[in-house]
Amino acid sequence: MIYYTIKRLGLALLVALTVSFISFGLLYLSSDPAIAMAGETASDADIEAIRKLYGFDRPILVQYFDWLQRAMGGDLGKSYYFRTDVSSLIGERLPTTMTLGVCAITFAIVLSVPLGVAAAIRPNSLVDRVALFLSVMGQALPSFWFALMLIVFLSVNLRLLPTSGSDTWLHFVMPTVVLGYYAAPAIMRLTRTGMLEVLSTDYIRTARAKGLRPWVVLFKHALRNAIIPVVSLAAVQFGFMLGGSIVVETIFALHGAGFLAWESITRNDLPTVQGLILVFSLFYIVLTFFADLLNAWLDPRIRIN
Amino acid sequence: MASSDSQPNDATSVYGLMKKRVRGHQGMIIGSLIVLSVLLIALLAPLIAPHDPYQQDLLKRLIPPVWDSRGSWEHILGTDHLGRDYLSRLIYGARISLLIGIGAALISGIIGTIMGVMAGYFGGRVDMIVTFMITVRLSMPVVLVALAVVAIVGGSLQVVITVLGLLLWDRFAVVMRSSTLQIRSMDYVAAARAVGCSTSRVLVTEVMPNVVNNLIVIATIEIAHAIILEAALSFLGLGVQPPLPSWGLMVSEGKDMMLFEAWLITIPGVALFLLVLAINLMGDGVRDITAPENRN
Repeated sequence: MIYYTIKRLGLALLVALTVSFISFGLLYLSSDPAIAMAGETASDADIEAIRKLYGFDRPILVQYFDWLQRAMGGDLGKSYYFRTDVSSLIGERLPTTMTLGVCAITFAIVLSVPLGVAAAIRPNSLVDRVALFLSVMGQALPSFWFALMLIVFLSVNLRLLPTSGSDTWLHFVMPTVVLGYYAAPAIMRLTRTGMLEVLSTDYIRTARAKGLRPWVVLFKHALRNAIIPVVSLAAVQFGFMLGGSIVVETIFALHGAGFLAWESITRNDLPTVQGLILVFSLFYIVLTFFADLLNAWLDPRIRIN
Repeated sequence: MASSDSQPNDATSVYGLMKKRVRGHQGMIIGSLIVLSVLLIALLAPLIAPHDPYQQDLLKRLIPPVWDSRGSWEHILGTDHLGRDYLSRLIYGARISLLIGIGAALISGIIGTIMGVMAGYFGGRVDMIVTFMITVRLSMPVVLVALAVVAIVGGSLQVVITVLGLLLWDRFAVVMRSSTLQIRSMDYVAAARAVGCSTSRVLVTEVMPNVVNNLIVIATIEIAHAIILEAALSFLGLGVQPPLPSWGLMVSEGKDMMLFEAWLITIPGVALFLLVLAINLMGDGVRDITAPENRN
């Protein structure tokens, strides 16, 4: 287990390093930050001065290592637009996005796992068909449009929920649903497949044969084994959700990291965009790292490989 | 492929069996019909569209659709905030969605297939590098990276297609890698190598034909994915630029008036939903028909 952990940690670090390099290079190669900072009316001399001042005239690798070294110390540079530290800017906004992400993944799991179990108990039954129908529909629903429709119906027509902001828990209801529903179909299908597989094994038959109550067999014996792959999928989906929060937060004016991303992208605020890509990527890397460790701990076969 | 049918008589040949499965697959039929009609509408847009999708008429702004009491048959789906015919914009919008979906899937399909097949066939170091690249790609938030790049380079049809194409190859690579891994250990691959076929010949004549079904399924998923992403990017103002009639852009333009004229966002949204749903149904259908054992 220790060997596996070290190996997996090494991979995570290598991935993090590569991601940091790509996100750095991507944004620096595709535009000249000095021009973006100086504005459209600046003269060539102004641009040159800014280039010197911020060190944009150095080779990209030098700039990268400089940035990386500071990033490891928690310094992601200064925002061009907000004129403050990028790290404290992101740190301020992250709790809102985290709250939203945790709510959304919880919503997705609470919705999809029971549905997947119910569908697996009776394959091809009405419940199974309804679950499949919902998952096919859910996968085709564009989240930004779903969000607007919810606003029109729930906020404007029925006056049930506030449309934007983050003051009370009521403000989080619609964003949670919009961010969460998209992950539900995948989790539902995986739960269903896993349960179908486990329910046909011999130990389930044994458990039933020795007269255990059906719900004990279902939840204590079957679900516990079927849920293992669902855990890693949920971790992956949670990581994707943080990246997807940009659309949801923009629509509901929820001032989290996703909203910050949209603000800084539209304002050409490169250091903030870079910092956000790095933070979101790191989150995904850490999440999948722990999910893999959890899997290896639950299933010794993974460790050997 | 033929291994799944146990009766060897003529009536249940592979293609006969597939034909039977197609006829029994409602989702596949409905999905294909919708995709086919959208494809036709997109191709024949100049002939079908009742008006010029770019023609503004400020005296005829925000006319509601024909089912509204204020609507008229001249503009069946009404007009937008600049007086442009909504039906014509919707029809031309189908072109953009399909172009982006197919274009992005083509680019990502080529990248992902090459990477996945190489990794699966050669294994070892090649596999390690490809798997690493997939992990790196998955770690990067797609929407954020796409938005950032489009914002810097400038939004246009070509840019959106290229950016999405360069971002969405991961699923192709993952699936092609695992399918190739399975095929590699087959006897016919060993036989082809034994009679002296070159590696490229084995890949083209033995491996590719046997992974192409999976390739089609992933292609439908990624076409749908790219269409939804383009709409989201355009909705946020960092995708296809006005005055092009992208469906995501139409929702975005109607957003300010959605509280009074909800149809402005309902119509392009429903179009988007139906097209993506139809493509997904078609993909599910192809999977069920060519590899029914993967249904669950």
